[in-house]
Amino acid sequence: MEDKKTCLYDRHISLNAKMVPFGGFVMPLQYSDIADEHIAVRTACGVFDVSHMGEVLVTGPEAERFVQHIFTNDVAGAPVGKIFYGMMLHENGGTVDDLLVYKEADDRFFLVINAANIDKDYAWIVEQSKGFNVVTENQSEYYGQIAVQGPQSERVVEEVLGLPCAELVFYTFKKLEVAGETIIISRTGYTGEDGFEIYGSHDFTVAQWDKLIESGRVKPCGLGCRDTLRFEVGLPLYGDELTDELSPIEAGLGMFVKLDKEEFVGKEACAKQKAEGVTRKVVGIELEGRAIPRHGYEVVVGDEVVGTVTTGYNSISTGKSVCMALVKIEYAKLGTPVQVRIHRKLQPGVVVKKKFYEKSYKK
Amino acid sequence: MAKVIEGLFYAESHEYVRVEGEYGYIGITDYAQSQLGNVVYVDMPEVDDEVTAGEEFGAVESVKAASDLFSPVSGTVVEINEALEEQPELVNADAFENWIIKVKLSDPSELDNLLDAKAYEAICE
Repeated sequence: MEDKKTCLYDRHISLNAKMVPFGGFVMPLQYSDIADEHIAVRTACGVFDVSHMGEVLVTGPEAERFVQHIFTNDVAGAPVGKIFYGMMLHENGGTVDDLLVYKEADDRFFLVINAANIDKDYAWIVEQSKGFNVVTENQSEYYGQIAVQGPQSERVVEEVLGLPCAELVFYTFKKLEVAGETIIISRTGYTGEDGFEIYGSHDFTVAQWDKLIESGRVKPCGLGCRDTLRFEVGLPLYGDELTDELSPIEAGLGMFVKLDKEEFVGKEACAKQKAEGVTRKVVGIELEGRAIPRHGYEVVVGDEVVGTVTTGYNSISTGKSVCMALVKIEYAKLGTPVQVRIHRKLQPGVVVKKKFYEKSYKK
Repeated sequence: MAKVIEGLFYAESHEYVRVEGEYGYIGITDYAQSQLGNVVYVDMPEVDDEVTAGEEFGAVESVKAASDLFSPVSGTVVEINEALEEQPELVNADAFENWIIKVKLSDPSELDNLLDAKAYEAICE
Protein backbone atom coordinates (compact mmCIF):
# COMPACT_ATOMS: atom_id res chain seq x y z
CA MET A 1 0.00 0.00 0.00
CA GLU A 2 1.30 3.42 -0.86
CA ASP A 3 2.25 5.70 2.00
CA LYS A 4 -0.24 8.46 2.73
CA LYS A 5 0.63 12.14 2.56
CA THR A 6 -0.38 14.64 5.22
CA CYS A 7 -1.95 17.98 4.31
CA LEU A 8 1.50 19.57 4.77
CA TYR A 9 3.30 17.28 2.31
CA ASP A 10 3.83 20.04 -0.31
CA ARG A 11 5.24 22.34 2.37
CA HIS A 12 7.80 19.71 3.37
CA ILE A 13 8.87 19.23 -0.22
CA SER A 14 9.29 22.96 -0.79
CA LEU A 15 11.41 23.16 2.39
CA ASN A 16 13.63 20.39 0.94
CA ALA A 17 12.84 18.01 3.78
CA LYS A 18 14.32 14.54 3.67
CA MET A 19 11.17 12.40 3.49
CA VAL A 20 10.88 8.90 4.97
CA PRO A 21 8.09 6.36 5.47
CA PHE A 22 6.71 6.30 9.01
CA GLY A 23 3.54 4.64 10.29
CA GLY A 24 1.98 4.38 6.85
CA PHE A 25 2.75 8.00 5.96
CA VAL A 26 5.58 9.70 4.14
CA MET A 27 6.92 12.17 6.70
CA PRO A 28 9.78 14.65 7.06
CA LEU A 29 12.79 13.11 8.85
CA GLN A 30 14.68 16.40 8.91
CA TYR A 31 14.74 19.74 7.10
CA SER A 32 18.27 20.83 7.93
CA ASP A 33 20.05 18.82 10.58
CA ILE A 34 18.58 16.70 13.38
CA ALA A 35 20.85 18.21 16.03
CA ASP A 36 20.07 21.81 14.98
CA GLU A 37 16.34 21.10 15.05
CA HIS A 38 16.67 19.35 18.41
CA ILE A 39 18.50 22.33 19.92
CA ALA A 40 15.93 24.76 18.49
CA VAL A 41 13.20 22.96 20.44
CA ARG A 42 15.27 22.83 23.65
CA THR A 43 16.21 26.51 23.48
CA ALA A 44 13.63 28.38 21.36
CA CYS A 45 10.76 27.01 19.29
CA GLY A 46 10.11 24.36 16.67
CA VAL A 47 7.05 23.19 14.74
CA PHE A 48 6.27 19.59 13.82
CA ASP A 49 3.76 18.21 11.36
CA VAL A 50 1.99 15.54 13.39
CA SER A 51 -1.02 15.24 11.11
CA HIS A 52 -0.29 11.54 10.78
CA MET A 53 -1.58 10.97 14.32
CA GLY A 54 -5.03 9.39 14.55
CA GLU A 55 -8.12 10.80 16.24
CA VAL A 56 -11.16 8.88 17.46
CA LEU A 57 -14.22 10.55 18.95
CA VAL A 58 -16.28 8.62 21.50
CA THR A 59 -19.73 10.03 22.32
CA GLY A 60 -22.86 8.81 24.06
CA PRO A 61 -24.42 8.36 27.48
CA GLU A 62 -21.93 5.62 28.37
CA ALA A 63 -18.88 7.37 26.90
CA GLU A 64 -17.13 7.71 30.26
CA ARG A 65 -17.85 4.13 31.31
CA PHE A 66 -16.54 2.95 27.92
CA VAL A 67 -13.34 5.00 28.10
CA GLN A 68 -12.80 3.63 31.61
CA HIS A 69 -13.20 0.13 30.13
CA ILE A 70 -10.57 0.52 27.38
CA PHE A 71 -8.09 2.91 29.04
CA THR A 72 -5.58 2.30 31.83
CA ASN A 73 -5.73 5.79 33.33
CA ASP A 74 -8.69 7.03 35.40
CA VAL A 75 -10.92 9.67 33.80
CA ALA A 76 -13.81 9.25 36.27
CA GLY A 77 -15.37 12.58 37.20
CA ALA A 78 -12.58 14.57 35.55
CA PRO A 79 -13.22 18.22 34.71
CA VAL A 80 -13.97 19.15 31.11
CA GLY A 81 -10.76 20.24 29.40
CA LYS A 82 -8.50 17.73 31.12
CA ILE A 83 -6.19 15.39 29.20
CA PHE A 84 -4.94 11.97 30.31
CA TYR A 85 -2.06 9.85 29.05
CA GLY A 86 -2.41 6.08 29.24
CA MET A 87 -2.71 2.85 27.28
CA MET A 88 -5.21 0.49 25.74
CA LEU A 89 -4.29 -3.09 26.58
CA HIS A 90 -4.89 -6.63 25.46
CA GLU A 91 -6.31 -9.03 28.08
CA ASN A 92 -2.77 -10.38 28.59
CA GLY A 93 -1.45 -6.91 29.42
CA GLY A 94 0.32 -6.35 26.06
CA THR A 95 -0.18 -2.84 24.74
CA VAL A 96 -2.59 -2.12 21.89
CA ASP A 97 -1.41 1.50 21.85
CA ASP A 98 -0.54 4.43 24.05
CA LEU A 99 -2.74 7.47 23.66
CA LEU A 100 -4.06 10.77 24.95
CA VAL A 101 -7.69 11.09 26.07
CA TYR A 102 -9.24 14.57 25.93
CA LYS A 103 -12.39 15.02 28.02
CA GLU A 104 -14.68 17.30 26.00
CA ALA A 105 -17.84 16.64 28.04
CA ASP A 106 -19.26 13.95 30.30
CA ASP A 107 -20.52 12.18 27.18
CA ARG A 108 -17.71 13.09 24.78
CA PHE A 109 -14.06 11.99 24.72
CA PHE A 110 -11.43 12.63 22.03
CA LEU A 111 -8.73 9.95 21.69
CA VAL A 112 -5.39 10.65 20.01
CA ILE A 113 -3.60 7.52 18.81
CA ASN A 114 -0.43 6.58 16.94
CA ALA A 115 -0.42 6.76 13.13
CA ALA A 116 0.87 3.22 12.63
CA ASN A 117 -1.91 1.85 14.82
CA ILE A 118 -4.96 3.73 13.51
CA ASP A 119 -6.58 0.76 11.74
CA LYS A 120 -5.69 -1.73 14.47
CA ASP A 121 -6.85 0.59 17.27
CA TYR A 122 -10.10 1.60 15.65
CA ALA A 123 -11.05 -2.01 14.91
CA TRP A 124 -10.22 -2.88 18.53
CA ILE A 125 -12.18 0.09 19.90
CA VAL A 126 -15.23 -0.81 17.81
CA GLU A 127 -15.01 -4.43 18.96
CA GLN A 128 -14.76 -3.35 22.60
CA SER A 129 -17.69 -0.94 22.24
CA LYS A 130 -20.22 -3.72 21.73
CA GLY A 131 -22.71 -3.61 24.57
CA PHE A 132 -21.91 0.04 25.40
CA ASN A 133 -24.30 2.85 24.50
CA VAL A 134 -21.63 4.85 22.64
CA VAL A 135 -20.86 6.02 19.14
CA THR A 136 -17.26 5.84 17.92
CA GLU A 137 -16.00 7.82 14.97
CA ASN A 138 -12.57 7.62 13.35
CA GLN A 139 -11.83 11.27 12.53
CA SER A 140 -8.20 10.73 11.52
CA GLU A 141 -8.80 11.72 7.90
CA TYR A 142 -10.39 15.02 8.90
CA TYR A 143 -7.80 16.39 11.29
CA GLY A 144 -4.48 17.95 10.56
CA GLN A 145 -2.24 18.56 13.56
CA ILE A 146 0.84 20.60 14.32
CA ALA A 147 2.94 20.61 17.48
CA VAL A 148 4.62 23.88 18.49
CA GLN A 149 7.31 23.00 21.02
CA GLY A 150 9.98 24.79 23.00
CA PRO A 151 10.35 27.48 25.67
CA GLN A 152 9.12 30.23 23.32
CA SER A 153 6.00 28.31 22.25
CA GLU A 154 3.51 30.29 24.32
CA ARG A 155 4.62 33.64 22.90
CA VAL A 156 4.77 32.28 19.37
CA VAL A 157 1.29 30.73 19.49
CA GLU A 158 -0.19 33.91 20.97
CA GLU A 159 1.66 36.42 18.81
CA VAL A 160 2.09 34.63 15.48
CA LEU A 161 -1.05 32.50 15.41
CA GLY A 162 -3.20 34.80 17.54
CA LEU A 163 -4.49 31.84 19.53
CA PRO A 164 -4.92 32.60 23.24
CA CYS A 165 -3.13 29.85 25.14
CA ALA A 166 -1.29 31.41 28.09
CA GLU A 167 -3.93 30.33 30.61
CA LEU A 168 -3.86 26.69 29.54
CA VAL A 169 -2.08 24.55 32.11
CA PHE A 170 -0.11 21.41 31.29
CA TYR A 171 -2.31 18.56 30.02
CA THR A 172 -5.40 20.68 29.46
CA PHE A 173 -7.05 21.89 26.26
CA LYS A 174 -9.75 24.14 24.95
CA LYS A 175 -11.78 24.47 21.81
CA LEU A 176 -11.73 27.71 19.86
CA GLU A 177 -13.87 29.01 17.04
CA VAL A 178 -11.47 30.17 14.34
CA ALA A 179 -12.31 31.02 10.72
CA GLY A 180 -15.64 29.25 10.88
CA GLU A 181 -14.45 26.02 12.41
CA THR A 182 -13.84 24.53 15.82
CA ILE A 183 -10.22 23.80 16.55
CA ILE A 184 -8.58 22.16 19.55
CA ILE A 185 -5.47 23.50 21.28
CA SER A 186 -3.77 21.65 24.13
CA ARG A 187 -0.71 22.22 26.26
CA THR A 188 0.89 18.90 25.46
CA GLY A 189 3.77 17.48 23.46
CA TYR A 190 6.35 14.80 22.99
CA THR A 191 9.61 16.65 23.52
CA GLY A 192 9.94 17.29 27.26
CA GLU A 193 9.57 21.03 26.63
CA ASP A 194 6.65 23.39 27.07
CA GLY A 195 4.47 23.41 23.99
CA PHE A 196 1.11 23.11 22.29
CA GLU A 197 -0.63 20.72 19.95
CA ILE A 198 -3.21 22.21 17.62
CA TYR A 199 -5.89 20.18 15.79
CA GLY A 200 -8.03 21.49 12.94
CA SER A 201 -9.05 20.98 9.34
CA HIS A 202 -6.40 20.52 6.68
CA ASP A 203 -6.88 24.10 5.44
CA PHE A 204 -6.57 25.50 8.95
CA THR A 205 -3.46 23.40 9.62
CA VAL A 206 -1.71 24.53 6.45
CA ALA A 207 -2.56 28.18 7.22
CA GLN A 208 -1.06 27.92 10.74
CA TRP A 209 2.06 26.22 9.37
CA ASP A 210 2.57 28.98 6.80
CA LYS A 211 2.21 31.71 9.44
CA LEU A 212 4.75 30.01 11.70
CA ILE A 213 7.33 29.47 8.97
CA GLU A 214 6.87 32.95 7.49
CA SER A 215 7.34 34.52 10.95
CA GLY A 216 10.92 33.24 10.99
CA ARG A 217 10.53 32.60 14.73
CA VAL A 218 9.97 28.86 14.45
CA LYS A 219 12.20 26.15 13.03
CA PRO A 220 10.50 23.37 11.05
CA CYS A 221 11.38 20.12 12.81
CA GLY A 222 11.20 16.55 11.54
CA LEU A 223 10.57 13.15 13.05
CA GLY A 224 14.33 12.70 13.51
CA CYS A 225 14.53 15.23 16.32
CA ARG A 226 11.06 14.31 17.56
CA ASP A 227 12.59 10.92 18.39
CA THR A 228 15.82 12.28 19.93
CA LEU A 229 13.82 14.77 22.02
CA ARG A 230 11.28 12.28 23.38
CA PHE A 231 14.03 9.73 23.98
CA GLU A 232 16.18 12.09 26.08
CA VAL A 233 13.34 12.70 28.53
CA GLY A 234 12.47 8.99 28.73
CA LEU A 235 9.15 9.07 26.86
CA PRO A 236 8.24 5.77 25.18
CA LEU A 237 7.63 5.24 21.46
CA TYR A 238 5.07 2.62 20.55
CA GLY A 239 6.94 -0.09 18.66
CA ASP A 240 10.11 0.44 20.72
CA GLU A 241 9.27 0.65 24.44
CA LEU A 242 5.62 -0.48 24.15
CA THR A 243 4.37 -3.28 21.90
CA ASP A 244 1.53 -5.79 21.60
CA GLU A 245 3.75 -8.13 23.63
CA LEU A 246 4.95 -5.63 26.22
CA SER A 247 2.86 -4.26 29.09
CA PRO A 248 3.13 -0.75 30.57
CA ILE A 249 4.22 -2.36 33.85
CA GLU A 250 7.19 -3.92 32.06
CA ALA A 251 7.82 -0.63 30.27
CA GLY A 252 8.11 1.12 33.64
CA LEU A 253 4.92 3.13 33.00
CA GLY A 254 2.88 1.69 35.88
CA MET A 255 1.98 5.16 37.11
CA PHE A 256 -0.43 5.43 34.16
CA VAL A 257 -2.12 2.13 35.01
CA LYS A 258 -4.72 2.73 37.71
CA LEU A 259 -5.22 -0.64 39.31
CA ASP A 260 -7.65 0.86 41.84
CA LYS A 261 -10.14 1.37 38.99
CA GLU A 262 -13.10 -1.00 39.00
CA GLU A 263 -12.15 -2.61 35.70
CA PHE A 264 -10.40 -2.17 32.35
CA VAL A 265 -9.21 -4.56 29.70
CA GLY A 266 -5.86 -5.96 30.80
CA LYS A 267 -6.27 -5.00 34.47
CA GLU A 268 -5.93 -8.56 35.81
CA ALA A 269 -2.73 -9.17 33.86
CA CYS A 270 -1.22 -5.90 35.09
CA ALA A 271 -2.31 -6.54 38.68
CA LYS A 272 -0.66 -9.96 38.53
CA GLN A 273 2.56 -8.49 37.12
CA LYS A 274 2.59 -5.88 39.83
CA ALA A 275 1.90 -8.39 42.62
CA GLU A 276 4.25 -11.12 41.45
CA GLY A 277 6.84 -8.90 39.82
CA VAL A 278 7.77 -8.73 36.15
CA THR A 279 10.40 -10.91 34.48
CA ARG A 280 11.77 -8.09 32.32
CA LYS A 281 11.78 -4.31 32.39
CA VAL A 282 12.68 -1.29 30.28
CA VAL A 283 15.67 0.49 31.85
CA GLY A 284 18.12 3.21 30.94
CA ILE A 285 21.77 2.42 30.18
CA GLU A 286 24.63 4.90 30.04
CA LEU A 287 27.77 3.81 28.21
CA GLU A 288 31.30 4.84 29.10
CA GLY A 289 32.40 5.53 25.53
CA ARG A 290 30.90 7.28 22.52
CA ALA A 291 29.87 4.16 20.57
CA ILE A 292 26.16 4.44 19.83
CA PRO A 293 23.72 1.76 21.01
CA ARG A 294 20.83 1.33 18.55
CA HIS A 295 17.47 -0.43 18.40
CA GLY A 296 17.91 -4.20 18.43
CA TYR A 297 21.49 -4.34 19.75
CA GLU A 298 22.18 -6.95 22.43
CA VAL A 299 22.67 -6.18 26.12
CA VAL A 300 25.20 -8.61 27.56
CA VAL A 301 26.35 -9.59 31.06
CA GLY A 302 29.20 -12.11 31.17
CA ASP A 303 28.44 -14.64 28.41
CA GLU A 304 24.69 -14.11 28.57
CA VAL A 305 22.47 -11.93 26.38
CA VAL A 306 20.21 -10.33 29.01
CA GLY A 307 18.26 -7.87 26.89
CA THR A 308 17.85 -5.73 23.80
CA VAL A 309 18.21 -2.02 23.12
CA THR A 310 14.83 -0.41 22.32
CA THR A 311 16.08 3.12 21.47
CA GLY A 312 19.56 4.61 21.68
CA TYR A 313 21.49 7.69 20.68
CA ASN A 314 24.49 9.79 21.42
CA SER A 315 22.42 12.31 23.40
CA ILE A 316 22.41 15.66 21.63
CA SER A 317 21.90 17.56 24.88
CA THR A 318 24.52 15.77 26.99
CA GLY A 319 26.90 14.16 24.48
CA LYS A 320 26.67 10.83 26.28
CA SER A 321 25.84 7.56 24.53
CA VAL A 322 22.69 6.28 26.22
CA CYS A 323 19.83 3.93 25.49
CA MET A 324 16.63 2.43 26.74
CA ALA A 325 16.69 -1.36 26.78
CA LEU A 326 14.41 -4.23 27.72
CA VAL A 327 16.39 -6.42 30.12
CA LYS A 328 15.82 -9.42 32.37
CA ILE A 329 14.65 -8.22 35.76
CA GLU A 330 17.79 -9.55 37.52
CA TYR A 331 19.77 -6.88 35.63
CA ALA A 332 17.30 -4.00 35.92
CA LYS A 333 18.59 -2.54 39.18
CA LEU A 334 20.15 0.94 39.02
CA GLY A 335 23.92 0.70 39.02
CA THR A 336 24.09 -2.79 37.48
CA PRO A 337 27.11 -3.04 35.18
CA VAL A 338 26.11 -4.26 31.69
CA GLN A 339 27.61 -4.24 28.20
CA VAL A 340 26.06 -3.46 24.84
CA ARG A 341 27.31 -5.22 21.73
CA ILE A 342 28.03 -2.50 19.17
CA HIS A 343 29.68 -3.49 15.88
CA ARG A 344 30.89 -6.77 17.45
CA LYS A 345 32.63 -5.05 20.36
CA LEU A 346 31.21 -5.07 23.87
CA GLN A 347 30.89 -1.55 25.24
CA PRO A 348 30.74 -1.20 29.03
CA GLY A 349 27.94 0.74 30.68
CA VAL A 350 25.70 0.89 33.71
CA VAL A 351 21.93 0.80 34.34
CA VAL A 352 20.59 4.29 35.06
CA LYS A 353 17.21 5.99 35.26
CA LYS A 354 15.61 6.14 31.83
CA LYS A 355 15.60 9.90 31.82
CA PHE A 356 18.71 11.41 30.31
CA TYR A 357 17.62 15.03 30.35
CA GLU A 358 15.34 16.95 32.72
CA LYS A 359 11.90 17.87 31.38
CA SER A 360 10.92 21.52 31.58
CA TYR A 361 7.16 21.54 31.41
CA LYS A 362 5.16 24.58 32.44
CA LYS A 363 2.81 23.17 35.04
CA MET B 1 28.81 19.51 -5.68
CA ALA B 2 30.89 16.91 -3.92
CA LYS B 3 34.64 17.04 -4.32
CA VAL B 4 36.55 14.22 -6.04
CA ILE B 5 40.37 14.17 -5.95
CA GLU B 6 42.60 12.90 -8.75
CA GLY B 7 45.12 10.19 -7.95
CA LEU B 8 43.07 8.33 -5.32
CA PHE B 9 41.47 4.92 -5.74
CA TYR B 10 37.72 4.75 -5.12
CA ALA B 11 35.28 1.98 -4.18
CA GLU B 12 31.67 1.97 -5.35
CA SER B 13 30.70 1.84 -1.66
CA HIS B 14 32.17 5.39 -1.38
CA GLU B 15 35.47 4.76 0.38
CA TYR B 16 38.80 5.93 -1.00
CA VAL B 17 42.43 4.78 -0.69
CA ARG B 18 45.33 7.18 -0.92
CA VAL B 19 48.43 5.08 -1.61
CA GLU B 20 51.83 6.07 -0.23
CA GLY B 21 54.45 3.39 -0.88
CA GLU B 22 53.27 0.14 0.63
CA TYR B 23 50.63 1.88 2.75
CA GLY B 24 47.08 3.00 2.00
CA TYR B 25 45.08 5.67 3.86
CA ILE B 26 41.39 4.71 3.81
CA GLY B 27 38.50 7.07 4.40
CA ILE B 28 35.08 8.00 3.06
CA THR B 29 34.58 10.31 0.12
CA ASP B 30 33.28 13.84 0.23
CA TYR B 31 30.14 12.59 -1.52
CA ALA B 32 29.63 9.97 1.23
CA GLN B 33 29.98 12.51 4.04
CA SER B 34 27.55 14.87 2.33
CA GLN B 35 24.96 12.10 2.04
CA LEU B 36 25.41 11.02 5.68
CA GLY B 37 25.05 14.44 7.24
CA ASN B 38 26.81 15.28 10.47
CA VAL B 39 29.02 12.43 11.62
CA VAL B 40 28.72 11.91 15.38
CA TYR B 41 30.75 8.71 15.79
CA VAL B 42 33.31 6.73 13.81
CA ASP B 43 33.68 3.08 14.73
CA MET B 44 37.24 2.00 13.92
CA PRO B 45 39.14 -1.31 14.10
CA GLU B 46 42.28 -1.64 16.22
CA VAL B 47 45.89 -1.49 15.17
CA ASP B 48 47.08 -4.92 13.94
CA ASP B 49 43.54 -5.95 12.89
CA GLU B 50 43.32 -7.43 9.41
CA VAL B 51 40.97 -5.88 6.88
CA THR B 52 39.77 -7.59 3.69
CA ALA B 53 38.81 -6.00 0.40
CA GLY B 54 35.03 -5.65 0.17
CA GLU B 55 34.47 -6.50 3.83
CA GLU B 56 33.23 -4.33 6.66
CA PHE B 57 35.84 -2.81 8.97
CA GLY B 58 33.91 -0.19 10.91
CA ALA B 59 31.08 2.33 10.65
CA VAL B 60 30.41 6.03 10.37
CA GLU B 61 27.35 7.17 12.25
CA SER B 62 25.01 10.11 12.00
CA VAL B 63 22.50 10.92 14.74
CA LYS B 64 19.97 8.60 13.17
CA ALA B 65 21.89 5.77 11.52
CA ALA B 66 25.08 3.73 11.33
CA SER B 67 26.59 3.13 7.88
CA ASP B 68 29.06 0.29 7.54
CA LEU B 69 32.52 0.99 6.16
CA PHE B 70 33.88 -1.47 3.59
CA SER B 71 37.59 -1.75 3.01
CA PRO B 72 38.59 -1.14 -0.60
CA VAL B 73 41.77 -3.19 -0.09
CA SER B 74 43.17 -5.98 2.09
CA GLY B 75 45.90 -5.48 4.64
CA THR B 76 46.89 -4.89 8.23
CA VAL B 77 45.82 -1.81 10.16
CA VAL B 78 48.96 0.06 11.23
CA GLU B 79 47.33 3.24 12.47
CA ILE B 80 43.88 4.63 13.19
CA ASN B 81 43.02 8.30 13.05
CA GLU B 82 42.67 8.88 16.77
CA ALA B 83 41.54 12.49 16.26
CA LEU B 84 38.19 11.12 15.06
CA GLU B 85 37.53 9.55 18.46
CA GLU B 86 36.96 12.97 20.00
CA GLN B 87 36.14 14.93 16.83
CA PRO B 88 34.18 12.71 14.43
CA GLU B 89 32.90 15.88 12.72
CA LEU B 90 36.34 16.27 11.10
CA VAL B 91 35.06 13.79 8.51
CA ASN B 92 32.48 16.39 7.46
CA ALA B 93 35.00 19.22 7.51
CA ASP B 94 37.34 17.46 5.05
CA ALA B 95 36.72 13.82 4.27
CA PHE B 96 39.88 13.40 2.18
CA GLU B 97 42.19 15.01 4.72
CA ASN B 98 40.69 13.07 7.60
CA TRP B 99 41.35 9.46 6.67
CA ILE B 100 40.04 6.78 9.03
CA ILE B 101 42.63 3.97 8.97
CA LYS B 102 46.13 3.46 7.59
CA VAL B 103 46.70 -0.03 6.22
CA LYS B 104 49.78 -1.94 5.08
CA LEU B 105 48.60 -3.32 1.75
CA SER B 106 48.85 -7.10 1.47
CA ASP B 107 47.92 -7.25 -2.21
CA PRO B 108 48.52 -4.03 -4.16
CA SER B 109 47.05 -5.65 -7.31
CA GLU B 110 43.61 -5.16 -5.66
CA LEU B 111 43.96 -1.48 -6.52
CA ASP B 112 43.26 -2.44 -10.14
CA ASN B 113 39.70 -3.34 -9.13
CA LEU B 114 38.98 0.19 -7.88
CA LEU B 115 37.72 3.26 -9.73
CA ASP B 116 39.74 6.29 -10.72
CA ALA B 117 38.50 9.81 -9.99
CA LYS B 118 36.68 10.14 -13.29
CA ALA B 119 34.88 6.81 -13.03
CA TYR B 120 33.94 7.53 -9.41
CA GLU B 121 32.61 10.97 -10.24
CA ALA B 122 30.35 9.34 -12.81
CA ILE B 123 28.63 7.10 -10.23
CA CYS B 124 28.00 10.04 -7.89
CA GLU B 125 25.90 11.89 -10.43
